[in-house]
Amino acid sequence: MAEWAHGRSRLPAYLALLRGQARSQASYRTSFVVDLVSNVGATVLDVLTVLVLFRVTRELGGFDRTEAMVMVGLSSAAFATADLAVGNVDGLRQYVRTGLFDAVLVRPLGALPQLLLMDLPLRKTSRAVFGIGVLVVALATAELSWTPARVALAVLTPLAGVVFFGAIFVATASLSFWWIDSGEVGAAFTYGGRDFTTYPMTVYSGWFRAVFAYGMGFGFVAYYPALALLGRADPLGLPQWVGWVAPAVALPVAAVAATVWRLGVRHYRSTGS
Amino acid sequence: MGSVTATVAPPIGRNIIPWFRTFAAITGSGFRRYSTYRQATVAGAFTNTVFGFLRCYVLLAVAAGAGGVAAGYSPAQLATFVWVGQGLLAVVLLWRWTDLADRIRTGEVASDLLRPVHPVVSYLATDLGRAGYALLTRFLPPVLTGLLFFDLVLPSRWQTVPLFVLSVGLAVVICFGCRFLVNATAYWLYDARGAMILWTLSSGVLAGLYFPLRFLPDWAAVPLWLATPFPSLLQTPLDVLVERDGAGIQAGMVGVQVLWAGLILLACRRVQRRAERKLVVQGG
Amino acid sequence: MTALPPDAPVIEARDLRKEFVVRVRAGRFRRTKRVVGAVDGIDLTVRRGEMIGYIGPNGAGKSTTLKMMTGVLSPSSGEVRVCGLPPVAQRVRLALRIGVVFGQRSQLWWDLPLRDSFDLLRHVYRVPAAEHAARLRRCRAELDLDGFLDIPVRQLSLGQRMRGELTAALLHGPEVLFLDEPTIGLDLVSRQAVRAFLAELGATGDTTLVLTTHDLADIERLCRRLVVIDHGRVVHDGSIEALHARYGSRRRVVADLEEPLAEPPVLPGAPLLRVEADGRRLVFACESATASEVVAGLARLVALRDIAIEEPDIEDVVARLYRAPAPTPAPTPAPAGDVAQGCSITSTAKVPGASAS
Repeated sequence: MAEWAHGRSRLPAYLALLRGQARSQASYRTSFVVDLVSNVGATVLDVLTVLVLFRVTRELGGFDRTEAMVMVGLSSAAFATADLAVGNVDGLRQYVRTGLFDAVLVRPLGALPQLLLMDLPLRKTSRAVFGIGVLVVALATAELSWTPARVALAVLTPLAGVVFFGAIFVATASLSFWWIDSGEVGAAFTYGGRDFTTYPMTVYSGWFRAVFAYGMGFGFVAYYPALALLGRADPLGLPQWVGWVAPAVALPVAAVAATVWRLGVRHYRSTGS
Repeated sequence: MGSVTATVAPPIGRNIIPWFRTFAAITGSGFRRYSTYRQATVAGAFTNTVFGFLRCYVLLAVAAGAGGVAAGYSPAQLATFVWVGQGLLAVVLLWRWTDLADRIRTGEVASDLLRPVHPVVSYLATDLGRAGYALLTRFLPPVLTGLLFFDLVLPSRWQTVPLFVLSVGLAVVICFGCRFLVNATAYWLYDARGAMILWTLSSGVLAGLYFPLRFLPDWAAVPLWLATPFPSLLQTPLDVLVERDGAGIQAGMVGVQVLWAGLILLACRRVQRRAERKLVVQGG
Repeated sequence: MTALPPDAPVIEARDLRKEFVVRVRAGRFRRTKRVVGAVDGIDLTVRRGEMIGYIGPNGAGKSTTLKMMTGVLSPSSGEVRVCGLPPVAQRVRLALRIGVVFGQRSQLWWDLPLRDSFDLLRHVYRVPAAEHAARLRRCRAELDLDGFLDIPVRQLSLGQRMRGELTAALLHGPEVLFLDEPTIGLDLVSRQAVRAFLAELGATGDTTLVLTTHDLADIERLCRRLVVIDHGRVVHDGSIEALHARYGSRRRVVADLEEPLAEPPVLPGAPLLRVEADGRRLVFACESATASEVVAGLARLVALRDIAIEEPDIEDVVARLYRAPAPTPAPTPAPAGDVAQGCSITSTAKVPGASAS
């Protein structure tokens, strides 16, 4: 993409956008506090939901609470961080609808980085920090037998998850280039994907599990890496090394998302709005 | 549905028939307005259905892990709870209603005062029209999907269906009232975003969307039920439908809803009166 | 930067077309696709320093053309180059060399004061600090920004915001400035401030200016060259005078009389258009007679209290153009030299001391 070509010389420009965003948000002091609190609240609720479920049952899909919490931690650390970095791309719909995307296109910067930096929801930082905290606590209480390989896996997996969820955010948001009223459809795959990865995959079944886990790749974000970390065999029968493929899944998904985005921008240019 | 609300709306006494006609006309316009958002309707129904699968599988796994029955729900009851809940979500419309807050922010709200209909009544009538449209378009897709892929329960008591219908109507009114109050904070605050976020955050979990509130210990569930309107938004109609409790408690829960509907509408009227005084005295 | 030869066109469009596919409801659920030509074969050559008024009725294709020139939309067919660059393929490079003010689509940071937006734009456009400061100083003085530089944009009036937008579009010293409806919705004072500023900017001859507008006063004040577009085609390209000549619009002489006349005078080559004010005011059209001939003729025949010469009303002409059923092919684009004169036209010019008693 030609737009990315002189990336480095544009760094100050992108930093300027980021500064502008930070200043803009600071200008709403009261809302900023509310946002900060409520964003941690959202992740607290996600975790609380899992804990409530384990009040009713001792095991979920063949996993006990500490084991399930490893999946919760991997999922929420990756999702919350991706949401912080890329999640605001779902504002694209508004840009397309109101024509503000025109203003993005007449600036001498890449369209996607602009969109991300101009609205970067710094308030979601707290959420990402909390998500990572959940992961750390979950890993600590799971009493894993740590090996260097597992440490690497525990670091690599959330990073791959961030890329993966980020790609899902971009791909689903790009939908609005073709379908402005796509409304909540994106949420089915972003927040839906988060929900899917929060629980052991064994709770789902049939074609639904196949589509989400293998078709779209959500199975490799938290479930299989968690199995590898816990040293448990997959009840569904895949070998242990599958726990390591998260990066290999995330990168092609990111490439697909980038292509969808580019096609979307081209489509926007050819239809206008 | 109109008759349900006519009993709790401000009494107009002498001119009940023309008043009712006006109300019905506004309701009709609400129905028509939302029927123009066709694509958003399709998108929303799709998303509700995907979340239906996700939540249904998880709750079924909970029941399986708990040895078949979870917090008094059989697997079929849980599946019904989830799928009907996904359908009702759009009917009661927990989230994404900012009409009033937007009108307050732009100042258009002043023109509401020029109409011969009380603003709360007018917004309520519009919302009932919206709910009616959602009932046709957003309620059925998830429920039918659920029927297709999972075992659901059918009501066994004669009174369950009428009670459920009444309960859904009350849930719409209560939810409208809550949204109205949340939006109305925009009269006094710079923007209603903070209140709206807190509402979005708490309403989902406290209404029983993420898990049935019976999963909570009694010391949390009972006060929640009686002292807050949240369970009346989703949990009550769903518990009524799946017959989680005996006939007495089933009817009693709807009774609690009636109380909440009255309280909330009174609160709306009060808030509106104060807001109008503020508008008139301070000029917005 | 690729330097263009000084006489090379800054904008060049050849047979530029843009078609949109619209879905039309046919029956209750069925929708059929229809292709609509928003821009239907536009040829345009703009040279450095020109000020072009681009006008047309709603939906004529003005904004679509501007969007194709700025890299926002890609043409369906035909070719367009701005500063020698194809706009869509070289969007980012082109963006550094043009300035854009798109009516409601703000370039400014909504929650920040103008001062901060300007500072951020310096980095976004990578403008050397000294250049930036010099341009900002000029804009501050000429657009009178100092009173509201520190107020968040969201709290500015439309007029103040538009002055901010103009500054934002100019801080990187663009070669071409595209303005889509720059005066729409502005109060009279702001409108005049914006016009005066643009006139000044155009007078230096460094910046090429392309503006679309509904307000013909903008055109009369600013643009020597007028491009009228209708149904996606150019129906006139030339000076305002050429437009008047072509559509037979004429100056008018308005005479206020001392006494009402029973029998209005007959002047050769200047038919009487109307009689107003109970016969105290006569309006003549200058057909073959010049305005001074009409005035002289009148002064001989009647006692004049006052006299005024009204310039032809461009709105009438344009309204007539829009109503024309089929767009006629455009006459040859006027070369720059041809339209250089006759810039400022005031709508009424009182003739002083023209009262004879």
